[in-house]
Amino acid sequence: MTEPAAPSEPSTPSAPSGSGASEPAGPTRRDILRLAGVGVGAGALGSAGLAGCGFGSPANNGAKDSAAKKVSGGFDWKKHKGTTLRLLMNKHPYTDALKAHRGEFQDKTGIKLAIDEFPESNYFDKVTLELKSRQGNYDAFMLGAYMVWQYGPPGYLEDLGPWIHNSSATHAEFAPDDFFPNLIKAGQWNFVNGAPLGGKQQWMLPWGFETNTVCYRSDVFAKLGLKPAESFDDLTELARTLKAKAPGAGFDGMYGIAVRGSREWATIHPGFMTMYSREGLKDFKVEGKKLVPTMNSPDAVDFTGRWAKMVRDAGPSGWTSYTWYQASSDLGAGKAAMLFDADTASYFQNTDTPAAGKLAWHPGPKGKGGSLATNMWIWSLAMNSSSKKKPAAWWFLQWATSKEHLLWAATKQQHIDAVRKSVADDSAYKDRLKAVPGFLDTFQAVIDQTKIQFTPQRNFFDATTSWAAALQEIYGGADAKATLDKLAKDLEPRVNG
Amino acid sequence: MATTGAAAVPSGTVTPRWRRRLRPYLLATPAVLLCVGILYPFFVGVAYTVYNFSDANREPSFVGLANFTDILGSDTLWHSARVTVAFAVAATTVETVLGVGVALLLQRSTLLGRLLERLLIVPLMVAPIIAAIMWKLILLPEVGWVRPILAAVGVHGYRGTDGAGAAFFWSVVVDAWLYTPFVAILALAGLRSLPNSPFEAAAVDGANWWLTFRRLTLPMLWPYVLVAVIFRFMDCLKVFDIIYGLTAGGPGDATTTLQINAYLEAITYARYSRGMTFMLILWVVVYAISFVLVRYLGRVQNRAAGISAGPTAGTPDAAPGAPAGAPAGAVAGSGAG
Repeated sequence: MTEPAAPSEPSTPSAPSGSGASEPAGPTRRDILRLAGVGVGAGALGSAGLAGCGFGSPANNGAKDSAAKKVSGGFDWKKHKGTTLRLLMNKHPYTDALKAHRGEFQDKTGIKLAIDEFPESNYFDKVTLELKSRQGNYDAFMLGAYMVWQYGPPGYLEDLGPWIHNSSATHAEFAPDDFFPNLIKAGQWNFVNGAPLGGKQQWMLPWGFETNTVCYRSDVFAKLGLKPAESFDDLTELARTLKAKAPGAGFDGMYGIAVRGSREWATIHPGFMTMYSREGLKDFKVEGKKLVPTMNSPDAVDFTGRWAKMVRDAGPSGWTSYTWYQASSDLGAGKAAMLFDADTASYFQNTDTPAAGKLAWHPGPKGKGGSLATNMWIWSLAMNSSSKKKPAAWWFLQWATSKEHLLWAATKQQHIDAVRKSVADDSAYKDRLKAVPGFLDTFQAVIDQTKIQFTPQRNFFDATTSWAAALQEIYGGADAKATLDKLAKDLEPRVNG
Repeated sequence: MATTGAAAVPSGTVTPRWRRRLRPYLLATPAVLLCVGILYPFFVGVAYTVYNFSDANREPSFVGLANFTDILGSDTLWHSARVTVAFAVAATTVETVLGVGVALLLQRSTLLGRLLERLLIVPLMVAPIIAAIMWKLILLPEVGWVRPILAAVGVHGYRGTDGAGAAFFWSVVVDAWLYTPFVAILALAGLRSLPNSPFEAAAVDGANWWLTFRRLTLPMLWPYVLVAVIFRFMDCLKVFDIIYGLTAGGPGDATTTLQINAYLEAITYARYSRGMTFMLILWVVVYAISFVLVRYLGRVQNRAAGISAGPTAGTPDAAPGAPAGAPAGAVAGSGAG
């Protein structure tokens, strides 16, 4: 059996001999002393070798010594002609668009792109191991905003700020102000737990993103005379109604609402965190330099209990296995009447599925004071701080996030949610999405309030995975207050450790 | 002509003394290098446990045994230890009972039996993570085929691995699906190597099947079964891919084993020192249990062989009809656990 990060196999005591004449003798005192000697020696060797394993040797990625400072003269796309860059990419429509358009980049710059793709299920493990090795095998890679909080502090990421602000290194049309402000800001952080996003350090550039909204079956709604919900109470009632009435209206086996439920951090960030934020709730509050979990506040307990009940009453069976893939597939397959998740996840179900052509989009329920606060996911591009070809890698990053590539990808490929305002305003882009009921209106309704709703902190993945586990327990019938109190108590030392 | 030994060796070919002294060391060098290669990663891992090494911490420092005291004092460890042991006991029991049962059914070499023997090894060719994903799809209520089958036989309300009990149950089922053939193959090899004479004598005496099985087959087969039990129990204590692929340790922490905790700490949360501490604790547990089991295996083998093995080796009375040396010798080579 293959297991990750396993220590060496246990050395078993000597097996009984074939003759069975005697039992294996226990270790003598001399054996133990010998073993201890070996242990101490190997331990010392091991400690000395820790540095070689990347222990405590952060790469130099500070702005002061940035390689960007060495770039001078006029900007020239052909400056790094003949270089080959290796990219580590997630298997995704955005990557498909890049592959389809890379000829343009190669002709323009003379830089060749070698792209290695991995499915999302093991992509981040691959990224983590590659960055940890500090070998610089890959020059640039895809990542999400939350990964900056994990990969940034140990120095795996190159600060792109000095590159952006060096006119010798950046072409005149790059226009960083053209990115939606909350998207470019999502890549800025000073690595201080609880500090808000923003600042001069730019650890990644937005490439594609997803805002979390409700997608629904317009034909089912029309047949049952229903309308999208405008409040969370309405949504829970609507989901129950759909589960009760849709099967009888000719939609066999259809349930009310699909949301993610697997025991991983990704369960929290789409629909759950969006509705949680719209209700005015926060994950942590910052007291001095400490993070205090607030997912057990009375309002948060109430909301979490209601969310779990909604899923129990009107969600899929086997919800605790549900990733984005199962949830969106159920919508496409006609099993779910609504999906509260990434707008692109539902957009991709509008082609070649039983539900194709019958889907419509809505911003989802409003929260307190009409809030449409929405959490988002960004697929960004970053530079490996251990890259040996940083200038060429920057040439690629600025091209891949340029209006030129993104407009092409948004109109000719499946690069749907625009990260640049100029692309979102472009008539070709709007024309394409006009045919999709409610998609553009929904995008425009939520974009100003779409941002990272989590509190930036280094132990994000632990906190959110534990949160997802607590949500599963509540879904299974555990008391919401007791479960969330325990979660908060367990998390506090971990996130501040 | 008689010659002395010294005179027989031509004086020009005498190996210098230093080379004769060096030879054993040179011969031992590959083995020493191999040992270093095996032990080095292990001790690097051990060294991690006394630091606070994580991606969130840019300047790791020596923390002594703090990782151990922290983890040993947490509910997380003890909960996952309980889950791990419960899984190992349940899976090993199920696999042993089913494996021996299948071996008894296939004992006689018929055409059907030989065909089934070949089919039996099919699950063993599947990587555990693939098996887990395959079963995950089968068990999904909305798309898998378990719910329709259960509904067809009148069982309703199936919700896949949603409940804690269901997640644990299906984890054991998948492990049993994958590894029961392993036990069956070992048991079958054992059954076919047993001598005929005691069974012929039992048949002449008119012993029925149950009596023969209980008093003859099982005691003689027990050393083989025990080897399978040891292998399976050790593997089950280290289980990761099957449970992670199927439930990711959920719902809640219902199927979170020590290995899953170690994986989450070391890979997902990038807290390398805590991850290695979990692994080291698991290593100690596995080592201790394997030590006890292997000693017990030695006693059983000796007992089956009718050999007294000293004061710690159990009683000298042999199993009824046990052929001297046969089972013990047959499994000694693979009994290292």
